[in-house]
Amino acid sequence: MTELDIISRLQAALPGLAAEPVEGAKDPTLRVPVGDLVRVASWLRDEAGYDYLSNVTGVDRGEQFEVVYHLYSIARGGGPLVLKVSGPWDQATVPSLVSIWPAAEFQEREVYDLLGISFAGHPDLRRILLWEGFPGHPLRKTFENRTVPNAEMVATMADEEVPHAEN
Amino acid sequence: MLRTETLSINVGPQHPSTHGVFRMLLTLDGERVVDLKPYFGYLHRGIEKTAEQRTYLQNVPFTDRLDYICGMSNNLAYALAVEKLAGIGPIPERAEYLRVIMAELTRVVNHCVAVGFLLNDLGAFFTPVLYCLRQREYILDLFEMASGSRMTPSYIRPGGVAEDVPPEFIPAAKKVVAGLPAFVDELDQLLTGNEILMARLQNVGVLPPERAIAYGVTGPVLRASGVAYDIRRAEPYSIYDRFDFDVVTEPGQDAYARFLVRLGEMRQSARILEQALAQIPEGPVMAEGVRRIRPPAGEAYARIEAPKGELGFYLISDGSPNPYRFRVRPTSLINLQALRDMCVGHLVADVVVILGSIDLTMGEVDR
Repeated sequence: MTELDIISRLQAALPGLAAEPVEGAKDPTLRVPVGDLVRVASWLRDEAGYDYLSNVTGVDRGEQFEVVYHLYSIARGGGPLVLKVSGPWDQATVPSLVSIWPAAEFQEREVYDLLGISFAGHPDLRRILLWEGFPGHPLRKTFENRTVPNAEMVATMADEEVPHAEN
Repeated sequence: MLRTETLSINVGPQHPSTHGVFRMLLTLDGERVVDLKPYFGYLHRGIEKTAEQRTYLQNVPFTDRLDYICGMSNNLAYALAVEKLAGIGPIPERAEYLRVIMAELTRVVNHCVAVGFLLNDLGAFFTPVLYCLRQREYILDLFEMASGSRMTPSYIRPGGVAEDVPPEFIPAAKKVVAGLPAFVDELDQLLTGNEILMARLQNVGVLPPERAIAYGVTGPVLRASGVAYDIRRAEPYSIYDRFDFDVVTEPGQDAYARFLVRLGEMRQSARILEQALAQIPEGPVMAEGVRRIRPPAGEAYARIEAPKGELGFYLISDGSPNPYRFRVRPTSLINLQALRDMCVGHLVADVVVILGSIDLTMGEVDR
């Protein structure tokens, strides 16, 4: 059973689904509307055996954001199947997949931290690599990658986060 | 009835058991762990962002510095991703063999460090780890011979390897590999049946297979939960389909099983290395015409069975000489997700052991 068969089975099983396979992609890729993500993900886990969510990441596509999921199956072997959701930046909220694959937990937090995409229903959505007061989201293309004076960074930290604070 | 309260304590960020800068907030009921929250990011260097402003070749040294124990494996995963993205190939035979040799030597290095420092965490200070680090040095000498650097080789590059190994490399590598089984046997004799080791590791940090898969755990930790999943078998890359080796699994699901899997994998790596060193042909080590890498617009995900588990690179090109997006699928970060599950209900002292048995490198967690 190839990934392309699975995509056609998925479209038959979930009527009204506006999911589109991406033409010419190196790995089988399915573009899913944000609203259908949970339904598609549950079906892929329960009916198609995709028990292993390997990679979750986000991309700044200019006007649009994109979240990318790489799925594999350990039980039957197979994959990757790539899921993509996208939308405009002013609606950058995607349903969390932690309830389907707990593997998404830290990676969704990372996407939230570095790109500012929110995950609805995530059990513990906090920044993961940077501190809470950090200005901006570094992996956005509009974020300027520059050398920042230490004092400027320390000013964005809460007191208990400041290293070597004089008490 | 006695009124009791839970107690919160910090382990880290500077703590000898955390192998880097890593903090855990433990909630304790007496000596039992009732909750654990990991905090990290202290080593975040913004590698993914910085890589967007460098060319594909300039990014190779950054990969050395992710999991800095396993530079060669990181180079290999990145090279495979760039080759998939840019359609570079075929890779010369000699380069493929050198890649497998370097990747398997790296696996031995990693497992030496993992097993050695696990014993350190248990309180067997610096005697077992010295045996392991001595063996590791023999291999790092080989890396230095090939690339000029012990830990940050940047040796495996898109298209092949940086340059051919010197003529004395193959005989020296054969000698090191010939000594490997005896080294593993020695560790096995000294440690495996040790009463203290068994008491501290058995039934500690139990991770059932279905939980392991759900958390996305890979590598020796997954195989120690009895799941025979190894990307070298499941989705062979490079020339792994040519070698005879077994996927090592253990049914124990605990820290002891992880220790045994790592010993077993060192033996299997020695088998692969023997075959590869015997079969390696002469010839070029870099594909033709790999000068300026400028992949067409598109994206690619490539993954390998790194010593700690699945290491993947997800690259997006917009047709320019720099990657549009450079994503590392970090093994250590994702294996860390199972830490809380494994620790709750155990004693504080076991947290150190469980953390050691997962085998993390903070350079890869934080990037």
